[in-house]
Amino acid sequence: MANPRKNKAFNVRYMPGFTPVTMFCLIWLYAPLIIMMVYAFNSERSVTNMHGFSFRWFEQAAKNTQVQDATILSLQIALVATIIATIAATMAALATTRTKPFKGHAAVYAIINQPLMIPEIVTAVGTLVFFGLIKSATGIHGIGFLMMAHTVFCIPFAYMPIRARLENMDLTYEHAAADLYAPPMKRFWRVTFPLMFPGILAGAMLSFVISFDDVIINLLVAGAGETTLPIYMIGTLRRGLTPEVNAISTVLLGVTFIFVVGFFFLTTNKKK
Amino acid sequence: MSAETTLAHAHGAPLTGAEAEAATVKREVRNRWFLLSPAMLIICGIGIMPLAIIIGYSFMEQGNYAGVKWEFTLESWMNLITERDIFDDTLGWNHAHISIMLRSIGLALMTMVTTLIMGFPTAYFITTRPEGQRNFWLFLIALPFFSNLLVRTFSMMLMLRDDGYINNVLLFLGVIDEPMILIYTNTAVAIGLVFTYLPLMVMPLYASMEKLNFNLVEAGYDLYASRFQVLKRVILPSVKPGIIAGCILVFIPAIGAYVTAKILGGGKNLMIGNLIANQFGTSRDWPLGSAISLFMMIVVMIALIVYVRNSLAEQD
Amino acid sequence: MTSKSSANSSSVAIEVQGLIKTFGTGDASVKALDGVSVSIYENEFFTLLGPSGCGKTTLLRMIAGFEHPTSGHVLLGGDHIGHLPPFMRPVNTVFQNYALFPHMTVGENIGFGLEMLGKDKSEIARKVDQTLAMVRMEEYVNRKTSQLSGGQQQRVALARALAPEPRVLLLDEPLSALDLKLRKEMQIELKRMQHETGITFVFVTHDQEEALTMSDRVAVMKDGLIRQIGAPREIYDHPTERFVAHFIGETNFLEGELHDINGSTGMIKLASGSNVPASLPDEAAAGTVTVVVRPEHALLSTSPDNASLTGEVKTIVYFGTDTHYHLELESGDSFVVRMQNQRDSGTDYQEGSKVGITFKDNAVQVLKD
Repeated sequence: MANPRKNKAFNVRYMPGFTPVTMFCLIWLYAPLIIMMVYAFNSERSVTNMHGFSFRWFEQAAKNTQVQDATILSLQIALVATIIATIAATMAALATTRTKPFKGHAAVYAIINQPLMIPEIVTAVGTLVFFGLIKSATGIHGIGFLMMAHTVFCIPFAYMPIRARLENMDLTYEHAAADLYAPPMKRFWRVTFPLMFPGILAGAMLSFVISFDDVIINLLVAGAGETTLPIYMIGTLRRGLTPEVNAISTVLLGVTFIFVVGFFFLTTNKKK
Repeated sequence: MSAETTLAHAHGAPLTGAEAEAATVKREVRNRWFLLSPAMLIICGIGIMPLAIIIGYSFMEQGNYAGVKWEFTLESWMNLITERDIFDDTLGWNHAHISIMLRSIGLALMTMVTTLIMGFPTAYFITTRPEGQRNFWLFLIALPFFSNLLVRTFSMMLMLRDDGYINNVLLFLGVIDEPMILIYTNTAVAIGLVFTYLPLMVMPLYASMEKLNFNLVEAGYDLYASRFQVLKRVILPSVKPGIIAGCILVFIPAIGAYVTAKILGGGKNLMIGNLIANQFGTSRDWPLGSAISLFMMIVVMIALIVYVRNSLAEQD
Repeated sequence: MTSKSSANSSSVAIEVQGLIKTFGTGDASVKALDGVSVSIYENEFFTLLGPSGCGKTTLLRMIAGFEHPTSGHVLLGGDHIGHLPPFMRPVNTVFQNYALFPHMTVGENIGFGLEMLGKDKSEIARKVDQTLAMVRMEEYVNRKTSQLSGGQQQRVALARALAPEPRVLLLDEPLSALDLKLRKEMQIELKRMQHETGITFVFVTHDQEEALTMSDRVAVMKDGLIRQIGAPREIYDHPTERFVAHFIGETNFLEGELHDINGSTGMIKLASGSNVPASLPDEAAAGTVTVVVRPEHALLSTSPDNASLTGEVKTIVYFGTDTHYHLELESGDSFVVRMQNQRDSGTDYQEGSKVGITFKDNAVQVLKD
């Protein structure tokens, strides 16, 4: 066989060394996660020496009532925050894409993206103080505060894919519906909404993942006794890492994986 | 003519076109603010109010247990980088604070540069894949970013511990004779930050490289440029907006990093985020915590202004 | 209403009066329409022709209801509709990119308008079948619109707009996305459907050939104004303005002295000194005028003696069906003559030959400007 390199045409896209760097990046990103997942299946109580394969740490985590309660709490927060944020973001996306440019357009963008522009720790301490004031002034406590804090930072994440979807959607569909005798509300529910729905679903998935995987707001804003999953996990640090934490982490990674796959599928399938 | 029934409306008040236009505009404005109101109310009410409170608190006196006393003072702003000697009440530099701030800015800049050096080839690699494969590679980069930060930091901790995988592998290979001390060092925090924020660099870089017209690259080679010259003279200028966006996106969360330094720094190698959290926790100095928060915000604002300036200059 | 639906063939369907449309305000404002008045009759195939930016699409969108006039009126069958939103106007549009709803089947797309008008299900089904049959797409009723070819999408878009039986059908450059062969087919189809349905078609295009082949009447637009309205033959043979003559077909422009005006005809004294008869626009006055002669309305001869003009052949371009002779006149102007080719006959003329030019009857048209 002839040497394949000899006949190789000059590849304009090739850059020497770029592929190894990429592989290095991917290894850096994935090796810790994969090793962590492997040790979730360890049969012994060690996170550094693999002995045998077992599901015991998954079983132990599933039976642990603290883990159960924390998971349910985190899911509740993520669900409520996602629903409110997605509705608010959908409405905001309609207002910012389906009209002509208006005065205050830039200000509206800035406000919606505000949670992304400020370091999370600042938002977290500010919200802690703000909620503290409200709680002492009204005497109201509860998980609702944490849900609202999550909603705030979920809105920009839900907003981005919905807006992108709307911007890629030709206005003539709505024009055609109007031309065919559909009044505004019918036009929205029969044409605009079905067409933008993949974007809404993508936005909802993204905000669910962002809320479910949030750490800093949880750690600082959660009230006494509101033990969400991240709070439980950071608590285990004091007792030293066990494969149980690896097992919980593996499940969390699995949830994230499913939602991010869903998000990619919805946002990249739109072009035919 | 079945459609004709709709004309019945035409016999009402005969508006002129201009009046109808004005009515449409009015309706549009009303709709717009109705649609915007939930998001605006939530973000302004729960997202922006805390910032206003932080600004206010930074000018107040420290409360006895926690909280604040309603008296105006610039003390917290002074305490950012100075401290009073407990014995003779003289003013001196607060070396602890200064070193934490410098470390944070230094670590954030280091993270930015390292993720750029690693992220640029990665984004280029993804751009040059066949079109059907690009989303797969992009997904591989994005997935870790959306994963739980705590999970990711734990996994990095397992790598870096004295009996962690890195030491085990290096000992096994005989590269080192005794475990290196990695965990709870600045190096550990730096490795963790790059690990955490690398995807945030690759994504905007890819977004801007995807638009790169490879005919320009071909033209470059056609005009006798070497690979390096094409990279420097053709590719880099075209993706400059992506580079700046990536740097900003990495710098902002990196300077405010809290979890990474807390877990991998082991309470010794604090960053500004930890310092802030401590003021609202064990130290119970809310005004100081507020002042430090605002200091960090100012640093972030400067970065953002640089970004906006640059992107405006690109448009001209 | 009933009094108006007793349609006789010459009653007015759409009438626009003094339409002005300004976009934007202050210095940034653009006048898209600058006082357009026109009547479009029932059962007419009416075309708005002009280059991009001439205001033809704005005029169409104003009839559809997507834009409100800054001033002026839009009337449908005598009723003011300029203030009505699109969904209250019995006017339907075929969009340039078809705008078929991608989440609905072909049948659902076509039934959409009827559904919105509150028709019952059986009537919708009957009407959908009937319309699909008219565009010859019966077997595609349950297909997704994304599975159709460009030409098929075009037919569905047409069926969707025709199904609610609008008073007027608006077509916004509907053929521009099709390839040449399909476009020719659809031109004939459209003409057939207009005959079958008896609905007034208002067709927007920048393609002069399309306008000439399909229309009953053509309005040529430029800079927000209608410059000339007439039957295709009239527009082609008797352009009244330099722009119209230039935009449609190829034309030779000449200077001359108009004299002996007699109604719509007169005599032109050309630079060569010879006199030729010419058709005149309204309100023509004696004096220096510009005249146009279509290249195929002139003849070449080898003897310059009895010719109206003389010149020298500069370039000969062979086109298959005919040959173009680019001449330089004695006055220095250029002039093109088009002559049909005969099979296997050579040409009498070479580059450099001295030739004479004579005009066919009614070849010379005087312009207003």
